[in-house]
Amino acid sequence: MSKSVVAMQEAIRIKKPDAKAEAAARRRARQRRERAIEGGLFVAALISVATTVTIIAVLLSESVGFFRTVPLTDFFTDTLWTPLFADPHYGILPLLAGTLVTSAVGLLVAIPLGTVAAIYLSEFSSPRLREVMKPTLELLGAIPTVVYGYFALIVVTPALQRLWPDLPGFNMLGPGIVIGIMIMPFVISLSEDAMRAVPMVLREGSYAMGATRLQTAWRVVVPAATSGLVAAYVLGISRAVGETMVVAIAAGQNPNLTWNPLEPAATITAYIVQVALGDLPHGSIGYQSIFAAGLVLAVLTFAFNILGHMMRKRFREVY
Amino acid sequence: MNLVESPHAQDWPKPLKAETRALSFSYGSRLALKNLSIPIAEYQITALIGPSGCGKSTFLRCFNRMHDLYAGNRYEGEILLYPDSRNILAREVDPIEVRMRVAMVFQKPNPFPKSIYENVAYGLRVRGTTDRQLLDEKVEQALRSAALWEEVKDRLLARATSLSGGQQQRLCIARALATDPEMLLLDEPTSALDPMATASIEELLLDLKKRVTILIVTHNMQQAARVSDWTAFMYLGELVEFGLTKQLFTTPSKKQTEDYITGRFG
Repeated sequence: MSKSVVAMQEAIRIKKPDAKAEAAARRRARQRRERAIEGGLFVAALISVATTVTIIAVLLSESVGFFRTVPLTDFFTDTLWTPLFADPHYGILPLLAGTLVTSAVGLLVAIPLGTVAAIYLSEFSSPRLREVMKPTLELLGAIPTVVYGYFALIVVTPALQRLWPDLPGFNMLGPGIVIGIMIMPFVISLSEDAMRAVPMVLREGSYAMGATRLQTAWRVVVPAATSGLVAAYVLGISRAVGETMVVAIAAGQNPNLTWNPLEPAATITAYIVQVALGDLPHGSIGYQSIFAAGLVLAVLTFAFNILGHMMRKRFREVY
Repeated sequence: MNLVESPHAQDWPKPLKAETRALSFSYGSRLALKNLSIPIAEYQITALIGPSGCGKSTFLRCFNRMHDLYAGNRYEGEILLYPDSRNILAREVDPIEVRMRVAMVFQKPNPFPKSIYENVAYGLRVRGTTDRQLLDEKVEQALRSAALWEEVKDRLLARATSLSGGQQQRLCIARALATDPEMLLLDEPTSALDPMATASIEELLLDLKKRVTILIVTHNMQQAARVSDWTAFMYLGELVEFGLTKQLFTTPSKKQTEDYITGRFG
């Protein structure tokens, strides 16, 4: 063995621990970096969860004060909602009815029309038309809701008054229809996604049996997409129930226990916005009533989401 | 003798259920089938074999005009369906009319998201049948033909997706049979199934050929040898050799066929 080789081996032997230390240092640096990123992601996730928890906590704590004064039985059975009157009544039913009626009208518009439009876009239209229609529909979602509100008040309601001359200027039908128009793009977009996700082999199977396009769409694609359609509808319901500006502007802000959409009424959201705009003293019963109403709204939306989740699971298809 | 170049050779099968004449097919600008003339013997099983991408599935899907579902596809030549010698590729022929006569089973079982009963009744329903008694009869008959009746007769209203893969494929065969088609197309019907399920489907096919003409695509040469009466070997969109399965597998006339069936390529 020559001297130089021995020297080289020596050098390598000396260098080895060095290399090891370097690798270890690199690994530590990498782990620090990974931990920092992980921490950042955790904080981001925490913020959204913490916000939700805080909202619920605030709703609950303020509502507790409210329910100390107003018994739950009154809240759910009284048919008047007049918290700001000299003779206050705290029955949530009128507001709840307003919310449910306007939402129901909206859904009666959005679900059938939205589903049919989605079927058309997914199963019948040319790819070109679809490429134009989908972004256009999604653009409708960018219109501020206050614009929809005035649309309901000065376009839809007058148009409806031609059919029903007795229809008051403020009513639930007009804003309900406008809510339907407003949530339709979401229903269409999500329903279309759900139907496009149905595997082509199912459609081919149907066509191979001699089915027409309509039969294939209606008897195979829609049933296969049910779980996605339900998800789309639930999102629509949540938006309809939570919709504020349209009803605040066009439904009249008069709590009125009625199931007749031709009458004016207030919804939970409309009441909240109405009272929040006034100057109620912090801690007063009127102020607290906002939170109680908000809590009902949150529970309602939550219940619809749970129901939607259950239905989605029930109808999930394994392709 | 070269069968490809003499479409009316003496040893072609008789009687014929269908026949392609100079059939070419292209996806857009890509020519996938080149000038194919292949006879389909009535009440027999004809197998299409060849390496992946040789066009055997494309060829099969011409028989029920499946390619019409996608834009940019073009057929040339003729597919004659006997006994009426109708060219099913003709422009004036409605693809739905063709699909009513020629049923198809796909590679992967594709039951509809419905009950077992409704899956089998589907073809009758789209034809407008509402007579409950007739539906019941046809559904039972089809399920019996597909050797599935005994397994599902107590749960006809259960969801079709709750069946095993092999059962699902037999359900798809029952669905295809329920409308009494003249011809049954099968596109690698056992490639997604285990050996047991495969064996039961093969057995079923041998039984079915008494009442329906079968055209089957398979990548499995043993399967072609086991079930088919006639075999067409395709390569790169062209027909290399067509003949009696027994002959083609024992004494192929082309070097390429021999190489393929002995596993030297493909």
